[in-house]
Amino acid sequence: MSIVLSDPPGPRGRRRILIASVVAVAAVAALVVLAVLRLSDKGQLDGEVWSVFFDEPDLRTLLWEGLLDTLRAAATGMVLAVAVGTTLAFARQSDRRLVSVPAAAVVEMLRGLPLLMLIFFAYLGLPQLGVNLSAFWALVIGLTAYNGAVLSEIFRAGIQSIDKGQTEAAAALGLRGTQIFTLIQFPQAVRRMSPTLVSQLVTLLKDTSLGFVIGYTELLRQGRSAVEFLGGRYALPVYTVLAVMYIIVNLSLSLTARWLERRQAHRLGSSAPILLDAADAAGPVAASRS
Amino acid sequence: MDAVLDNLDIFREGFIQTLRLSLFAAVAALILGTALAAMRVSPVPPLRWAGTAYVETVRNTPLTIVFFFVVFVLPQVDIVFSYFTFAVMALTIYHTALVCEAVRSGVNGVDAGQAEAARALGLTFSQTLRLVVLPQAFRNVVQPLGSVGSALIRNTSIAAAFGVQELTGISQRLTTANPGDVIAVLLAGIVCYLVLTLSLAWAVGLTERRLTRTPR
Repeated sequence: MSIVLSDPPGPRGRRRILIASVVAVAAVAALVVLAVLRLSDKGQLDGEVWSVFFDEPDLRTLLWEGLLDTLRAAATGMVLAVAVGTTLAFARQSDRRLVSVPAAAVVEMLRGLPLLMLIFFAYLGLPQLGVNLSAFWALVIGLTAYNGAVLSEIFRAGIQSIDKGQTEAAAALGLRGTQIFTLIQFPQAVRRMSPTLVSQLVTLLKDTSLGFVIGYTELLRQGRSAVEFLGGRYALPVYTVLAVMYIIVNLSLSLTARWLERRQAHRLGSSAPILLDAADAAGPVAASRS
Repeated sequence: MDAVLDNLDIFREGFIQTLRLSLFAAVAALILGTALAAMRVSPVPPLRWAGTAYVETVRNTPLTIVFFFVVFVLPQVDIVFSYFTFAVMALTIYHTALVCEAVRSGVNGVDAGQAEAARALGLTFSQTLRLVVLPQAFRNVVQPLGSVGSALIRNTSIAAAFGVQELTGISQRLTTANPGDVIAVLLAGIVCYLVLTLSLAWAVGLTERRLTRTPR
């Protein structure tokens, strides 16, 4: 990265970088020391506060169940969002304006809305229409609506990045529109967009934490209940552990995806240029994760 | 419908509160995120590591957890602000990482020849960054920054769960007060958000067209 901005440094440059490094390390260390001093001053780093995870087996059970509930909502949401996203992308590709225009409108609207409003709509609004949902399904429907719209845009960007000749060749072979989409365009789009796709799935997983607002017993809700039960001084250890749990799950999701990609690249052999393309194609949509 | 029409002034209050949250957090995240991006492309390794650590940690943490840390942990060490300020802090911490990645992708999108030419003219690292690379990077980055801004507007809704009476908060309050009019109230809230996010998208499109029309 730094190659773009500066030459490989000479002796003077290296000395300056060394000095800057020492200063930077000192500054970061000073910040950390300040924070630690402040925390220990207020008794936040006492062994007794942090050993709560060993002292309270119930807390471990509570968080473990919360994690399972989080993963359950995330997995259901992911499957449904991919299905909805595929449908919307397909509809938006349609030649019939009667299909493509409403699909485009739905996608633009859902992408512009806060997820929390969608969840409230499912949780508070749908019962008015006679559809009663549990907190789990309200959360999943909210997640599906929002992420389905975002995924459909990711798929569409991927489809647009595929050479037109592919579609033409398929049409020349006599495939119908549906077949071209499902057999030719979609599988390639998914492969090309897989980095963006995974980062969106990570976003979905993080967003399950909004379930706490409507009382779904996911990880965050359980952590909050624990802190309310144990007392505010346990806020730091409990929330730190929650954050670490989320980070571990999300990083393993990303790592699994990267591993799958490498394996696929290995098996298909020729996908090096495809991966380069994917980086380009990911450009405009890559930042759409929230 | 009556619940909406009778409470238009409350909706206006919520709308303004959402706007204020978005603006304060956007300005702060833009400044800090750009600084963080500069750290991540600098030739000083510890700065790069610190920047990477921040971005990777924050990006993999739910915004709600960031809120929990700010709202519930800071008071434990006697740092107490209003819920509004806490919300701005949490939104800033989270979106700084997103701004950083958007700006960095823009910096990396600038042709290496530009920086090489700048160096050949004898510009220093900071001159190259300030005069040549960043102006072009910002042009590349209007669209992704627009997406981050849209995400920020949408994410302000989480502040509702922490006692800030912005659009989502007042929508929820009005649904409780008017159980017969839940859908109308929620739709009104949804329209307010769409006004904000769609006009941002429109402004981003306009800016991008303006910038690409000017001769390079």
